[in-house]
Amino acid sequence: MADPMRIRATEQPDGVDVRVLMSHEMETGQRRDSAGKVVPAHHITNVTVSHNGKPVLNAEWGPAVAKNPYLQFKFKGGKKGDKLTVTWVDNKGETRTDEATIS
Amino acid sequence: MNQNRRGFVSAGGLFALMAAAGLISAEEAFAQQQAWNKNAFEAKTLEETVKALGGATAAQSGDISITVPDIAENGAVVPVGVTSKIPNTQNVYILVEKNPNSLAASFGIPAGTEANVATRIKMGQTSNVHAVVKADNKFYVVTKEVKVTLGGCGG
Repeated sequence: MADPMRIRATEQPDGVDVRVLMSHEMETGQRRDSAGKVVPAHHITNVTVSHNGKPVLNAEWGPAVAKNPYLQFKFKGGKKGDKLTVTWVDNKGETRTDEATIS
Repeated sequence: MNQNRRGFVSAGGLFALMAAAGLISAEEAFAQQQAWNKNAFEAKTLEETVKALGGATAAQSGDISITVPDIAENGAVVPVGVTSKIPNTQNVYILVEKNPNSLAASFGIPAGTEANVATRIKMGQTSNVHAVVKADNKFYVVTKEVKVTLGGCGG
């Protein structure tokens, strides 16, 4: 199981600022190991961020997103104390969901 | 890291072969369910990607701003930010021209969310980076070059 995500969501005058740092190796499928075999691709494909159950961002990612991906965006309508849920799914079907409270 | 996972990992490597043989693996079924746009992610150029995303051509637009460094020392971690001032922005895409597959990331922006996303991507070499925005089913693009001193793919 992958390590937990680090999520920071802060309420600002013009919306809620969300910053997420995920822990994932994001293998591209282009690299070869020391034996010359291709390292199979292993990367996050879908990320969903929900605020009180309502999606505020959907992302689809290819293997070109950097290792231990970082994501930042802003949305309106959130306030202090609200729950924010972030879920990712990778191309091997592994998934992880973490929750954070807006501060 | 148990034995089961090992088996699963090598099964993933055989995925392309199985797909070619007409077998549908659990992985592929999963990808369909999750609506991961495989065609778009496999396209090689900006034009092909826009077509795979359902558009015809992308028009240049001054209402999109792309924030990238002029010179990236490490191609494995290139910060990219895209802001769109076009009303009704539905999707934001980040493309790297000279990567093996152009499309790096795609973001769906529901109403209420600002068309302002930032992430970090990998770049194989010095290349143009395109920020493509879909608004009212039309595609817009801005382009900026990033010089890479050390490539992020391969190694």
